[in-house]
Amino acid sequence: MTTKYTKDHEWVRIEGDVAVVGISTFAAEQLGDVVYVELPAIGKQVKQGGDMAVVESAKAASDVYAPVSGEIIAVNDALNGNPEKVNEGAEGDGWFCKIRIANAGEADALMDASAYADFAKA
Amino acid sequence: MGEASLKKLPLDALWRASAKKFGDFAGYDMPLEFGGQVGGLIPEHNWTRTNAGLFDVSHMGPCFFALPKGHGLEGDEAHKAVSAIIEELVPGDIQGLKPGQVRYTTLLNADGGCLDDLMIARPAEPGAAGDLYIVVNAGTKEQDFALIAQNAGARANLVRADDRCLLALQGPAAEAVARAVIADELGAMTFMQVKRFDAFGRLTITRSGYTGEDGYEILVRAEQATALAEALLAHGDVKPIGLGARDSLRLEAGLCLYGHELDETISPIEADLAWIIQKRRRGLGDFPGGARILKELAEGPVRKRVGIRPLDRAPARDGVEIQVDGRKIGVVTSGGFSPILNAPVSMGYVETAFATPGTKVDLIVRGTPRAGEIVPLPFVPHRYKKG
Repeated sequence: MTTKYTKDHEWVRIEGDVAVVGISTFAAEQLGDVVYVELPAIGKQVKQGGDMAVVESAKAASDVYAPVSGEIIAVNDALNGNPEKVNEGAEGDGWFCKIRIANAGEADALMDASAYADFAKA
Repeated sequence: MGEASLKKLPLDALWRASAKKFGDFAGYDMPLEFGGQVGGLIPEHNWTRTNAGLFDVSHMGPCFFALPKGHGLEGDEAHKAVSAIIEELVPGDIQGLKPGQVRYTTLLNADGGCLDDLMIARPAEPGAAGDLYIVVNAGTKEQDFALIAQNAGARANLVRADDRCLLALQGPAAEAVARAVIADELGAMTFMQVKRFDAFGRLTITRSGYTGEDGYEILVRAEQATALAEALLAHGDVKPIGLGARDSLRLEAGLCLYGHELDETISPIEADLAWIIQKRRRGLGDFPGGARILKELAEGPVRKRVGIRPLDRAPARDGVEIQVDGRKIGVVTSGGFSPILNAPVSMGYVETAFATPGTKVDLIVRGTPRAGEIVPLPFVPHRYKKG
């Protein structure tokens, strides 16, 4: 079970045919204090690279894109009352949603942790 | 605009050591957020409300506006002469300022719209009679200085002071810190007063700010600025604060940001700033856009600046449409998150019929209507040291 990253700073962890997604620790640090997360509706179809969620820091709103295509099957309701979970554990308790993967293999082209670390540093 | 073309603050080297993020504001490379224990927008915001924050606002436009040398006038006469010139551009009673008093006002265009908001001070020192100390906004300073100088012609001179540093010390601990570090007499000043101090070279200090807290804005020569900033920061109650928290603090305090709550189409009456037009000027109506402004004073404006509380957690930011029963009745001009209320807050303009606190509105955030309510400003009470 490996975590992959997009160049838009989302992460995705593939668990069978389900992808758990969120924003990277690097992205959360860049955003600063997260005050609101607009999560997608369950059942919504998302496309790789298309709009999925919006994360609002104290200073600005940022779009979050779907790292893989598929159907939203779960969202992290805990973020509604506690958006700070994104800052506390962006790649853990601060996950955004789960996607039932439509196209197996779409995640293959994404960066692994070390490639992403280099990308984020650049 | 590339970063290479951004102007650097005189204290850039000092802030590089502690700021975490920089960004372009009005062409200046400004510290947005600091690092360390109190670093980050919300911690910096809360620190300023509970201790004291030091802000570098040297991007702004301080200047001195003075009668020509050898004007031969003294005291009130000299003050009235220089004030009459600036009053051609602003609706405030500048002639009526007492020595050492500061007033907030707006530069007006012929339609009564605001070209900028600014502070005008009458120096306390008798030797400075015939001088005014003026501070305008960063993004508008070139146009403002040109307008003020051109309007004055040979009658008065504008001397820019934006090569100096302007530091703001804000928060409940500001007085104690300023008294300990600069001069004990700072304790005797009250809100909207100005005074010069022979410390760190020579300082021009107003008891004012942009946070809703008590505090001071300090004009210091660039050569002395590092020493002053370091002396203030050496005090345990003081932390450096970035532009991010400056914006959230002024939003909580319900203060206008030029380009958002004020622009060339908005009159001071629409902006709910009728209080800046003192009785003498209302009687005369002798300022640009006087006809419109007097009419709005008498009959009420068509739109009005208001506070808005989104009722769920989603911030409603600049540009969000405000609706009632599916009809657009206004627009948000600033919005964000209030750390003190732990909730989103906005300011905006609505048709006057909907400006009463308690009015329910819909805020169209990313296409979805979200419930909001018109509320009084400020969101967080001011804590100025009034005389």
